[in-house]
Amino acid sequence: MGSKKSSQQLATIVISIAMLVLGIVCLLPVIHIIAFSLSSPAAANSGKVLLWPIEFSLDAYTYIMDEPKFGKSFLVSLERVGLGLSISCLLTLLTAYPLSKESARFRSRTFYVWFFVTTMLFSGGLIPTYMVVRAYGLLDTIWALVLPGAVQVFNITLMLNFFRGLPKELDESAFVDGAGHWTILFRISLPLSLPSLATIALFTMVGHWNAWFDGLIYMNRPEHYPLQTYLQTIVTNPDMSRITNFAELKNISTRTVKTAQIIVAMLPIIVVYPFLQRFFVKGIVLGSVKG
Amino acid sequence: MNSKRWSKNLQLHIMLIPATLFAILFSYVPITGIVIAFQRFIPNRGFFKSTWVGLDNFIYMLNMPDIYQVLYNTVFIALMKIIAGLIVPIVVALLLNEMKKKVLVRSVQTMIYLPHFLSWVILGGILIDILSVENGIINKVMQGVGLPSVFFLGDNSWFPFTLVITDVWKEFGFATIIYMAALTSIDPTIYEAAIIDGANRWKQTFHVTLPGITPIIILLGVLSMGNVLNAGFEQVFMLYSPSVYESGDIIDTLLYRVGFVDAQFGVATAVGLFKSVIAALLIGTSYWLAYRLAGYRIF
Repeated sequence: MGSKKSSQQLATIVISIAMLVLGIVCLLPVIHIIAFSLSSPAAANSGKVLLWPIEFSLDAYTYIMDEPKFGKSFLVSLERVGLGLSISCLLTLLTAYPLSKESARFRSRTFYVWFFVTTMLFSGGLIPTYMVVRAYGLLDTIWALVLPGAVQVFNITLMLNFFRGLPKELDESAFVDGAGHWTILFRISLPLSLPSLATIALFTMVGHWNAWFDGLIYMNRPEHYPLQTYLQTIVTNPDMSRITNFAELKNISTRTVKTAQIIVAMLPIIVVYPFLQRFFVKGIVLGSVKG
Repeated sequence: MNSKRWSKNLQLHIMLIPATLFAILFSYVPITGIVIAFQRFIPNRGFFKSTWVGLDNFIYMLNMPDIYQVLYNTVFIALMKIIAGLIVPIVVALLLNEMKKKVLVRSVQTMIYLPHFLSWVILGGILIDILSVENGIINKVMQGVGLPSVFFLGDNSWFPFTLVITDVWKEFGFATIIYMAALTSIDPTIYEAAIIDGANRWKQTFHVTLPGITPIIILLGVLSMGNVLNAGFEQVFMLYSPSVYESGDIIDTLLYRVGFVDAQFGVATAVGLFKSVIAALLIGTSYWLAYRLAGYRIF
C-alpha cells in the first residue's frame, strides 16, 4: 500500500515536470528572440546567442526609436486601437441592450437577432468587401481599418447575455419612476456591467492591435500602415534592408533590428496579458459551450 | 398604455439604428457584391455596370493548372490541423488534471496560452528567424547534435508539417481551457466511488475522466468539420514562399494572389464563392450532426 502511494506521488511529480518543460518549450522561441534582439550584431550573427543576450546592447532598440516609419506606424496602430475600441464598445452596448429584452415586450427582437446573426453566417468575401470599402472612399484612411469590423456579433451576444442576468426589478422600478430606456442603459445597466464591458474592450483592443491583413489591402501607402502591417512587410521581405547609413552598420544588423521590432510590437500584449488571462477563461467557455 | 409602450419601444429601435446601418453597409452590401463572380468586373464601373459573363469565371477557375493541387493542400493541411488540434489539447488537459499543485497548473497555463494572443506577424517573424537554414537557432542546434539541417519553410516535404506544428504551438494552450472547464464539471463523487472500487489513476482516467468529457470532444470534433477548407490564411501567407507553393498554397492564398496581385477580381470572387458555398454546406452538416449527437444548439 505504501509503495503504491509513493509510486502515485512519483507519477504526479513526473507529470508536473513534463508539463513545466512543455510550458517552457512554448516560450523558448520568444525568449530566444528577446535575447537575440538585445545582443550585439557580431555576437548575434555568430550564432552563439541562445536564451541569454551576449554582449548586451540596446543599439537595435535605439535604432528603431529613431526610425520614422516605425514610429509612424506605431501611431497609426494607437489611433486604430483608440477609435476601434470606442466605436465597437458603443455599438455593442447600444445593440446588446435592446436585444436583451424579451420578445414578448419587444416584438421586433427576433427580426433584429436574425438580421445580425446572418452577418455572422454569410459574408461577401474578400474581394466584394474590398470593392465596397473602396467605393465608399475609405481606402488609405484609418476608417477602413475601424468601420468594416465595427459590429462584433460575438461580443454583442456576450453583453446581451450579461444584461439578461441583471435583476428585472431594477428595470421595472426605474420605469415606474419614469426613466426611459436610455436612462436605464446608461445609468443602471452600464454601471452594473462594467467588468463585462472591460473584458470585451480588452479583447477588442488585442484584436485591433494584432490585425494586419486589412492594413495590407486597404492602405496603398506604407506610411498609412499600422504597426503589424509594417512589420509584416519587413519580416517577409528578406532583401528589404532599411539600413542606409553605413556608419551605423557596425552597431546594428538587419536581423537584430527585425527582432527588436518584433519585441516592441509584442510588448503591449505582454502588458495586458495578465488581465487577459484573468478574463478570458469565463468568456471562451461562455461563448463556445454554453449549455 | 399601448402608445406608451410604443414610444418606449421606439427608443429601442433608435438604439439599434447605428449597428443596423453598419451591418447593411459593411455586411449586406458586400453580400450583393457576390455578383462580381459572374462578371468581368471593372472597379470603376461598379457592381451593376460591369459586363456579365455567366459562369466563365468558374470555368476559368476549374481550368487553372494548380487548382486541384491547391484544393488537396487545403484539405490536407486543414485536416491535419483539426486532428492535432483535437488530440494535443485533450492530452495536455488530462495531464494538467493529474497535477496536484494548483500554482504549478496556473503557471503552465500562463506559459502555454501566450502564443494565442500574438499575431501571426509576430509569430511568423519569430519562426522565420529561428527556422532559417543558415542562421536559425533550430538548425544550429540540430547541427550541434549531428543532425542534417532542414529547410523547414522551403522544403515541400517539410512545409505542411511545419504549418501544423506551429499552429499547434499557437493554439493548443487556449484549446485546453475548454477541456479543463469540462473536467471540473465532472461529479467528484464518481471518482470517490471509483477509488472505493479499487480503480487506480489510469483506470480513473479511462473510465471516469474520458467518458466525462466525451460529449465535449464529440461536439468540438463535429464543429471543426466546418473548417476543412480553412487551412489558416494568415499563417500560410506569413510563412510560405514560391518554392513551397506546391505543398503549401491553399485556396485563400490563391484567392489573394488572383485578386490582389493579378487583379482578376471576377475569378477571385468566384474562387471565394466556391469556397464559401462548400464551407456553408459543411458547417450546416456539422451543426446538424452536433445537434443530433450532442444536443448542441447555437441559438
